[in-house]
Amino acid sequence: MEQAGTPERVAVTDAAASQLRRLRRRNGPLMFHQSGGCCDGSSPMCFPDGDFITSEADVRLGDLAVAAEGDDEAFTVPVWMSKEQFQLWSHTHLTIDLVKGRGAGFSLEAPDGVRFLIRSRLITAAGVPDELSGPVSCEVPAAGGTGR
Amino acid sequence: MTVYAAPGTDGSLMTYAERYDHYIGGEWVPPASGEYFENPSPVNGRTFTEVARGTAADIERALDAAHAAAPAWGRTSVAARALVLNRIADRIEANLEAIAVAETWDNGKPVRECLAADIPLVVDHLRYFAGVVRAQEGGISQIDDDTVAYHFHEPLGVVGQIIPWNFPILMAFWKLAPALAAGNCVVLKPAEQTPASIMYLFGLIGDLLPPGVVNIVNGFGVEAGKPLASNPRIRKIAFTGETTTGRLIMQYASQNLIPVTLELGGKSPNVFFEDVASAHDDFYDKALEGFTMFALNGGEVCTCPSRALIQSSIYDTFLADGVKRTEAVVQGNPLDTATMIGAQASNDQLEKILSYIDIGKQEGARLLTGGERAELGGDLAGGYYVTPTIFEGDNSMRIFQEEIFGPVLAVTRFDGEDDALKIANDTLYGLGAGVWSRNIHTAYRMGRGIQAGRVWTNNYHAYPAHAAFGGYKSSGIGRENHKMMLDHYQQTKNLLVSYATSKLGFF
Repeated sequence: MEQAGTPERVAVTDAAASQLRRLRRRNGPLMFHQSGGCCDGSSPMCFPDGDFITSEADVRLGDLAVAAEGDDEAFTVPVWMSKEQFQLWSHTHLTIDLVKGRGAGFSLEAPDGVRFLIRSRLITAAGVPDELSGPVSCEVPAAGGTGR
Repeated sequence: MTVYAAPGTDGSLMTYAERYDHYIGGEWVPPASGEYFENPSPVNGRTFTEVARGTAADIERALDAAHAAAPAWGRTSVAARALVLNRIADRIEANLEAIAVAETWDNGKPVRECLAADIPLVVDHLRYFAGVVRAQEGGISQIDDDTVAYHFHEPLGVVGQIIPWNFPILMAFWKLAPALAAGNCVVLKPAEQTPASIMYLFGLIGDLLPPGVVNIVNGFGVEAGKPLASNPRIRKIAFTGETTTGRLIMQYASQNLIPVTLELGGKSPNVFFEDVASAHDDFYDKALEGFTMFALNGGEVCTCPSRALIQSSIYDTFLADGVKRTEAVVQGNPLDTATMIGAQASNDQLEKILSYIDIGKQEGARLLTGGERAELGGDLAGGYYVTPTIFEGDNSMRIFQEEIFGPVLAVTRFDGEDDALKIANDTLYGLGAGVWSRNIHTAYRMGRGIQAGRVWTNNYHAYPAHAAFGGYKSSGIGRENHKMMLDHYQQTKNLLVSYATSKLGFF
């Protein structure tokens, strides 16, 4: 979904990818919506794709690519964030990791005793970390679509 | 100074059961799935009880009990309901220390806060709603000589409530007290990080309520919270938490056409004007305490004053004094009344806070104190502790814009009132704010100018009943802590009555 020339905005660690494979086996196609606010705010919430209705208020940051492994075929997971929050996060690259824990909210991984967690690094327009830059353009999809 | 014995050890004021079932229809009911989940204490990271893992079947069973109880409970007199709330308040007050210890063990917060704030506020809240519901009046509107509109308050019926983990018992009663006073029955879903203290509490108070009036189903959000929030058998849903789940709950509510109240957090500015430092007196001392309030409850408060805005003319000296005050915060055993900051509520919360400290450093914020996990060792080894942390930087940085929900303060400077207001309002949220000034004109203008539901003026982190609490902007919908919350749990019945004996003449 990224426009050509824009830097990658999202990535996934091996541990998180393994958890996504487990969740996909149980729930089918998946999506993330990055939360804000109190309690479990700032957590990436994982839902069955389409369960959270995205709209013109949201930005699709990109798709996580989860490679094939064993019986699991390769698949992608779109990552969304509210547009207003993106205005404040646009200078950072997000890697979805997995830690031990117990998140609230309706995210799918919680019953397994794990929690998806965002790790951030700075990005520039050229996609090179460690140098602050202004907002990078990002494709805004049509209302209601989850981009599948 | 007192150090309370850990629950279940010699001399402890309370003991947790080895296992907690759901509380449905006034009875302890095993989960339909037969499964339980382990509940660790943040104090030492070790499991101390296991809790029923609720699913949709348990939610339905709780809704059955609530619907069975609702008609009779909704018809009780307000005097009878107020008496029940007062009796619950009395029972909690009589067991205050034991409940405080239970809360600390489940959540990790310092017991001094449970003793002085959380549990006394529960008592106060119950008594407040017992009082205001008796004082509440309906309305009579005279339309013309012979026509009168009568307005009655009626309960909604059965409502759902989803409770956060930062003040497990207090947040439950912020929602329960108005709902029960208004005559509703409740299905309540505690947070999965802190599922135990409320069950212990209902073991103490359950007999004071008719069966089915309050039903508690534990479990994970996706397995128990979602079937509650999306259920067509509730007439309202109340939620405290974060924005994505808040939006999801509104989506479910829209499908059932029911109202929601949401409290979704903030990034509260705490603004210090130069006249605060015009004398180094008691007020200056109070302001420094106000600065340090970001460490209250380990920063796990929706209104945590996590952005300090200090006027340039006093910036260096006030900040230096604030850092000194912060470094004097005593971290240690949460069951020790001398401890000022305890453990963060969960491992993932700890990890999240550390990830924010990392991004703060990457963005070039200057670390003034703290900034690391605290390893306390001994009996506390394995617990989730973070040293109170202060960064200075710019309001555009992510540590200034996101609710970290930990003891992490982001400090910046301002020049004059306009600049202060601009920075204070440069946030997605609008739940709380603090203004500190000896000048009533400055304080008033700022208080009115800040886009937040609660502006503490020359104080911070007070939560008395009878002061409305709720958010502007992305911080949510509705006002808790005040009699106006009754409106969120009531229908209005209008009887439009004609006393005229003659016909209209249309037909």
